[in-house]
Amino acid sequence: MADRKEWAGFRGTAWKEEVNTRDFIQNNYTVYDGDESFLAGPTDATDKLWGKLKELQKEERAKGGVLDMDTDIVSTMTSHGPGYICEEYKELEKIVGLQTDKPLKRAFMPFGGIKMAQESCEMYGYTPAPSFDKIFNEYHKTHNQAVFDAYTPEMRRARKNKIMTGLPDTYGRGRIVGDYRRVALYGVDFLIEEKKKDLAHCGNGTMTEKVIRLREELAEQIRALGNMKAMAAIYGCDISAPAANAREAVQWLYFGYLAAIKTQNGAAMSVGRISTFLDIYIQRDMDAGKLTEEEAQELIDHFTMKCRMVKFARIKSYNELFSGDPVWATLEVGGLGQDGRSMVTKTDYRFLHTLENMGPSPEPNLTVLYSKRLQDNFRRYSAYISVKTSSIQYENDDVMRPVWGDDYSICCCVSATQTGKEMQFFGARANLAKCLNYAINGGVDIKSRDQVGPAYRPITSEYLDYGEVMEKYDRMMDWLAGLYVNTLNLIHYMHDKYYYEAAEMALIDTDVRRTFATGIAGFSHVVDSLSAIKYAKVKTVRDESGLVVDYQVEGDFPRYGNDDDRADDIAVWLLKTFMNKLRQYETYRDSEPTTSILTITSNVVYGKATGALPDGRPAGEPFAPGANPSYGAEKNGLLASLNSVAKLPYEYALDGISNTQTIHPDALGHSREEQVKNLVLAMDGYFERGAHHLNVNVFGTDKLRDAMEHPEKEEYANFTIRVSGYAVKFIDLTREQQLDVISRTCHGNL
Amino acid sequence: MGYIHSLESFGSVDGPGIRFLIFFTGCRMRCRFCHNPDTWELEKGAQYTADELLDRAERYRSYWGDEGGITASGGEPLVQMDFLLELFRKAKQRGIHTCLDTSAQPFTRGEPFFGKFRELMACTDLVLLDIKDIREDAHIALTGHTNANILDCARYLSETGKPVWIRHVLVSGGPGTSDDDGQLAGLSAFLDTLRNVERIEVLPYHTFGVHKWDLLGIPYPYADAVPPTQERIENAKQILGYYKRK
Repeated sequence: MADRKEWAGFRGTAWKEEVNTRDFIQNNYTVYDGDESFLAGPTDATDKLWGKLKELQKEERAKGGVLDMDTDIVSTMTSHGPGYICEEYKELEKIVGLQTDKPLKRAFMPFGGIKMAQESCEMYGYTPAPSFDKIFNEYHKTHNQAVFDAYTPEMRRARKNKIMTGLPDTYGRGRIVGDYRRVALYGVDFLIEEKKKDLAHCGNGTMTEKVIRLREELAEQIRALGNMKAMAAIYGCDISAPAANAREAVQWLYFGYLAAIKTQNGAAMSVGRISTFLDIYIQRDMDAGKLTEEEAQELIDHFTMKCRMVKFARIKSYNELFSGDPVWATLEVGGLGQDGRSMVTKTDYRFLHTLENMGPSPEPNLTVLYSKRLQDNFRRYSAYISVKTSSIQYENDDVMRPVWGDDYSICCCVSATQTGKEMQFFGARANLAKCLNYAINGGVDIKSRDQVGPAYRPITSEYLDYGEVMEKYDRMMDWLAGLYVNTLNLIHYMHDKYYYEAAEMALIDTDVRRTFATGIAGFSHVVDSLSAIKYAKVKTVRDESGLVVDYQVEGDFPRYGNDDDRADDIAVWLLKTFMNKLRQYETYRDSEPTTSILTITSNVVYGKATGALPDGRPAGEPFAPGANPSYGAEKNGLLASLNSVAKLPYEYALDGISNTQTIHPDALGHSREEQVKNLVLAMDGYFERGAHHLNVNVFGTDKLRDAMEHPEKEEYANFTIRVSGYAVKFIDLTREQQLDVISRTCHGNL
Repeated sequence: MGYIHSLESFGSVDGPGIRFLIFFTGCRMRCRFCHNPDTWELEKGAQYTADELLDRAERYRSYWGDEGGITASGGEPLVQMDFLLELFRKAKQRGIHTCLDTSAQPFTRGEPFFGKFRELMACTDLVLLDIKDIREDAHIALTGHTNANILDCARYLSETGKPVWIRHVLVSGGPGTSDDDGQLAGLSAFLDTLRNVERIEVLPYHTFGVHKWDLLGIPYPYADAVPPTQERIENAKQILGYYKRK
């Protein structure tokens, strides 16, 4: 590719020869070491548009959670005419493009499963076009049906009994982050040319299944890129050529993302790491005197506003799993480069500043890639925004960078993925707490009485023996790991076949690396249960059929969350053991297995489906979320809890270890200044110990209670809290989940 | 061995920076608003050696930054003077910043206490000194003890130039409570005579500790006390010179 006029002033050569966004960034970004004093407030246009959007959000809430829905158009990149926040302010929108023709209107997306698409309409009182029934059932099937065609009876049983839950067999798997920056940097025509070259060199003429599949996928990608251009043209933009200025760069990039969210309703549709990239364009325009700080902030505000508007039609059971209508439009700031330079630019500040200009918000899921080596000013400003809004999360750049390099994005909540180089097969999670009960009861589920796991000999003694339990648990985990991996293999085979992510994959290298992301639920309860069996006495309570339905713990035992190695060693053992078991199985398309300790809000649903446990947790009670210690287990305060979680080795949970903590502002410091300083210290210390992730909430349960009782108060309309892996408007949670959040440990409630 | 009520890994409002808090058991004061009545009885604590406590504390060293360390609180740490002295001496050997949160009720210039106290101050970096009420009669009514030796302790710390943060619990709710402009002015005048006060903290009375009285089966003796309003807190800060001393 020759030197393009749009690239005037940009340094470097490698990125000009072939697609290499990272090389472009490393050669051109400007580190910013100063503080936040340069930032600009919202423009009049931003205030007007955001004001309008807040009205619409209110209306949406009043209507039961959905403002409007499509019933007779199947969503594609070009299925709708242009849409704006409102006609009156159309000219004020610096960044344009909606999923449908109206703001917050949810598109009809049947390919993950026609049944769910129809159900989600009907749930909110809409009637999908009858013709869809025939088209997607008789003429062509969808992902969900294909999966169930191939499921074995054992898989169905395990799924029904919720020892595997949240599997992406009824919805889009998501978690694939296209390198949307490529649209801005290269323009779509060049990307098409490159993909055409890949297609020309795909295979040597011998048509193996692998080659055939890839050839078809490349053709799909090339078609998707063409559609992207057509979609942009609907808004009067020509994205065939590179972006020539900052506004175009933001807009082009957004079109790339819009293509993804118009065609996929994946659980998580992340934006990726874009701040440093966009800053290069903004800086160039500012240096040339073509852009003011107000205008730069406006671009970021308007882009962010669009991320706050992403919506998908969901069904009830999905909302119970992932409460509060999240889409995980995850967007990163911060981080260091491989050469040791901070990647913090002014635009990293500008993204955080959107939470001040437009108030707190759960989306985009703003994530700070944290390192103690980041500038003091930036760490302080991040902490300040946390104290003020509780809307951001932190992930340890120092543990991720060695594994994923310096151009990774976070897909979904906490999982890193190399931008434009990797894709992920998302695999929800296995319920290891339930698995412990199966080990004790010989594979029988005490809720349904079904023989779900293999009928190994159950434990018959009155008191549980640690050695015996461990032996049986180990074997039951073997079974679960095998079934789990194979179920996911089947799901992803079908997803590739029936709901391929052509738009995102078109913005990822053809020679893609794939990760296979499994997950663990019930983590802390297994650890505490095994600790109880080891260090106290656990008596079984059996029903008339001899099944263990409850436990009585006699004596005290160390619990995970107190920096007590006796319990924490069990935690490390559990993670390593399960991960090693997963690794034994062949994974689809030679993907690399990883795991996460992350439950999102599904800890409530998983807990509900799980019987009593040897740690004293009663049947049906919510699990602790993610890698958090169990409720009430933390006896020595926040740092003891953080130290326990920090012991979990990231190398064994490369998909992420989620930890959510709530600190009462009064316990964090006497003044805002002290609170910020102390939060920085806490994070420095935590991440220095090799911990992976931290959700930070700064408020007291008094505020949560008031918000639960008075959701109508204006101050709570956008009151955002961090839950496991994402942020949510508190008033959008179900009451059950609100109570769950309130019951969790708040550090400093004296 | 010392008697310890509990440990808190994340103390950020009891001395500078992030601190490891060690709550001692044992206190002779019977403050009517006490929010930790479960720390009164000495023998109810769990026993620890000084090294055990310091080993625990050091697990959090990576969080302390330049200012953090340990704070001995309670209860009244001075009740266990010998153990406290050993703890702080060993802490200084390990290079740990030490902070004593005290009501100074056991303070006297008489021996053997005074000699040990002087030794203690040699390995104490900062004292958080609670003055409950400057009026002697009100102080006795509130705590069951005189404030004469407490104020003397403040004077002694001033004489020796030991850095001190004064802490004052502000209770509203009528006559006799500390939220009284005359009381506050009197306290402020006293503090003006000291040369070592680095900071004054107004701690608003709260009711989070009331349930502990219930658990202990002791009737809560301060039912008419109420938490101060934001306005009264601000008033107290003004009178006590919070801003000029900060």
